[in-house]
Amino acid sequence: MTPKALTLAIMDAPYESANSTTAFRIIAAALKKGINVNVFAYEGAVSLTVKDQAPHANAVKGTSLEEEDHPTTRALISALMTLGSAEAKLNWVNCGLCVDERGAINGVDGVKRGSPADFLAMAQASTTTLVIPTR
Amino acid sequence: MQILNIVECAYRATLEEQDDTILWLSRSLQNNGADVSILLRGNAVNYAVKQRCPPLVIGTSGIPHPTDPNHELAQLQAKGTTVYVLREDLEQRGISTSQLVNGITLIAASAVAEIMDRYPQVWHW
Repeated sequence: MTPKALTLAIMDAPYESANSTTAFRIIAAALKKGINVNVFAYEGAVSLTVKDQAPHANAVKGTSLEEEDHPTTRALISALMTLGSAEAKLNWVNCGLCVDERGAINGVDGVKRGSPADFLAMAQASTTTLVIPTR
Repeated sequence: MQILNIVECAYRATLEEQDDTILWLSRSLQNNGADVSILLRGNAVNYAVKQRCPPLVIGTSGIPHPTDPNHELAQLQAKGTTVYVLREDLEQRGISTSQLVNGITLIAASAVAEIMDRYPQVWHW
């Protein structure tokens, strides 16, 4: 029996929309259920994987670096990559032209560079495709 | 693969990108063998209005080739894409059908569900 697969297209840049975390939760839930997941990160979403993201303290809230424990999208995606290295696989592709124009070259391990052709191939091979657009 | 791409957000990144990124994506999918149709709704119905898109100069730099939505739609149509436009969204914006480019298929909001049903993939951008 062909394993189930879900493809997602996401667009939001990091820290701009709850859409990103929603996508991460869907990806994690699908992987835990044994569903392979493909992600096509388009436009600002290619910056979700940038390795150079750094957490910070928050003087307004009076929190130190440790106390704030600020999440980074690159850490969340690295965690998804770990989840997606077991029986169910996570395949993450950043749109290459979007990477180039944003200078988002330095991505976390496991992230690939691709194009809309990869998105089409993912969608064709998937049980269903979900587009989470930006506004 | 038959795909209906619904485009609702308009002119969002079209200046610096020099294209509407969803119409561009649609062309790329088409070039890779997908059968793509477009449904323009909301503010994106304005893409079907005849318009001029002059370059922008900022100091010694600028945006030399801004998006021309009319041209982007024409490129898709030339390869067989059906471009649907929601009639009610035109009316709400005071846009007359005489202002539109050629080759547009006007649809009523009440027809959207039936049209969506024709496509195995419906992606709302």
